[in-house]
Amino acid sequence: MAEPHLTVKNLVMYYRTVRGEVKAVDNVSFSLPRSKTVAIIGESGCGKSSLAKSIIKLLPRNVSVYKGVILFDGVDLMKMDEETFRRDIRWVKITYVPQAALNSLNPVIKIGEQMIEPLLLHFKIRKAEALEKAAKALKRVGISEEFINHYPFELSGGMRQRVIIAMSMLTNPELMVLDEPTSSLDVLTQANIINLLKTIKRDLKLSMIFITHDVGLSSELADRVAVMYAGQIVEFASADEFYRNPKHPYSQKLMDSVPTLKTDKKLDFIPGSPPSLLNPPKGCRFAERCPYRFEKCKESPPVIKLSEDFYVRCWLYEKR
Amino acid sequence: MPLLDIVDLRKYFEVKRGFFGSKGYVKAVDGVSLSLERGESVSIVGESGCGKTTLGKTILRLYEPTDGRIVFDGKDITHLTWKELSWYRRETGLVQQDPSGALPSFMTVKRILEEPLIIHKVKDREERMERIYKVLEQVKLTPVEDFLEKYPHMLSGGQQQRLVIARSIILRPKLIIADEPVSMLDASVRVEILKLLQSLQRDYRLSIIYITHDLSTTRYFSERICIMYAGHIVESAETRELLTNPLHPYTRALLNVIPDPDPSNRFIIREVPAGEPPNLLNPPPGCRFSPRCQNSMKGLCDVKEPPMVEVRKGHFVKCWLYG
Repeated sequence: MAEPHLTVKNLVMYYRTVRGEVKAVDNVSFSLPRSKTVAIIGESGCGKSSLAKSIIKLLPRNVSVYKGVILFDGVDLMKMDEETFRRDIRWVKITYVPQAALNSLNPVIKIGEQMIEPLLLHFKIRKAEALEKAAKALKRVGISEEFINHYPFELSGGMRQRVIIAMSMLTNPELMVLDEPTSSLDVLTQANIINLLKTIKRDLKLSMIFITHDVGLSSELADRVAVMYAGQIVEFASADEFYRNPKHPYSQKLMDSVPTLKTDKKLDFIPGSPPSLLNPPKGCRFAERCPYRFEKCKESPPVIKLSEDFYVRCWLYEKR
Repeated sequence: MPLLDIVDLRKYFEVKRGFFGSKGYVKAVDGVSLSLERGESVSIVGESGCGKTTLGKTILRLYEPTDGRIVFDGKDITHLTWKELSWYRRETGLVQQDPSGALPSFMTVKRILEEPLIIHKVKDREERMERIYKVLEQVKLTPVEDFLEKYPHMLSGGQQQRLVIARSIILRPKLIIADEPVSMLDASVRVEILKLLQSLQRDYRLSIIYITHDLSTTRYFSERICIMYAGHIVESAETRELLTNPLHPYTRALLNVIPDPDPSNRFIIREVPAGEPPNLLNPPPGCRFSPRCQNSMKGLCDVKEPPMVEVRKGHFVKCWLYG
């Protein structure tokens, strides 16, 4: 089997606040094959955005621990100095699409001017040429070229998000990190953006990390799924496995809480709330809310391999 | 007799363009009719800017209607003055989207719940406490003693929303309008809040108008769904009928793009109507969905507004395909 495009091993990112150290990303590992998409699913505050930002090294200023291995095309990004990382990787080979972009565009700069910034920064290219590229990129995401001379307020929310996506593709990246790219957009607008991402994925063979809290939506793009809970990945599985037959009790409960439109099912919720990342419990972090809890759960469960690229962090699956 | 009967309700907001500019009207709610029985729950589904929140607030008379009629419990409340509305305030409640924004941060839980009782002249202190205890038990913020002295920021999002619900039902209203009550909550908490609202509806014969952009939660929650687009209700039917047999092209589009979790979704490119909802300052003539509609018939849909027709018993649609 080919080497994965991205391999994250034992990634840790803590940051310090006045109330203590927040263990936002706590020993996370996963891998992403080339041209595939991994969806990182989790509820608010589970550390999924922190994970995304840790991968492209956009760290909070108060970061206290940052370690692990991030192999991108066989190169360890953690060992790369910031200068090289900025020049060759961030916004070049790996781009980041933030949450629906009401605030990500500068309101007083024309769309075109903003879009070409990374091009001018990273490549020796004339401005006219860069603008031409920007116009083409806009066209590809379904926005008329003339909009390079418009200001962000003249665009709707969905169009702005398309601009951000067009912008993130200008440098011909290999990996796109999408952090809730459609939240706060309307249903039909969201479907439009997802269609766009699907065509990008298919035609340009990009690898993607798709971060979302919406289980239904995640299945629109995911080839693999990583479920995050309280700073850890509790299940990592193929889409076929995960959506049909989730293994971790949290994944199962989460799936039970997703209302479906086309089929009947009994909806359920998870009593209680996730632990604080300031001081997560020593044992399994889901134990307190887990219906299958037993003695062993007081200890932290290991990551158990069920098959190739199929992992679950739960004592239930320990081989006896 | 229905609890709430709305006939051809309109709410326009006046806007001026520039200082001397001509007046215009944003037609946020433009001819909506709706009726609701005691103990019934109905969902109003639409995208942002379709007028669903304005509709809710107009029904509650937080806005003065521009035209039309609202009859509640046999009384016409359309143009009552603020003072005359006092009893109506007691009979209705609002649950908003953002619980932390809806709760005053400087008040304790007890104070938050006592406030409406004081305003509505429940004079006896003991009775007030009794009602606070009871309502907190109803929304399952128990043990009650643990919560009484807490401030909103000490509660989780789900608990905050339960407190908002407690406040909205403490005066024992007959009608609750829940405006996106779960859209800011996590999936696992969402179901909990919706189940709570549902149990209140059943146990106390509460009528609930559930306003949402999320069609998938309505299936589990309401008996009837109204789909709203650009100030109009374009389709309404019983929940199951609407979901299994959608008629309006807009409803069909919505149903088509909402994914249920399934690994095969990633191989499908979904059909999405082009364009965006119209500006309500100057909506298109005829059917407001016609510029985006695949089935639009030239010379009809873009000229004449379709009537609401009953295609099947209880299934109404505002579309020329069925006119």
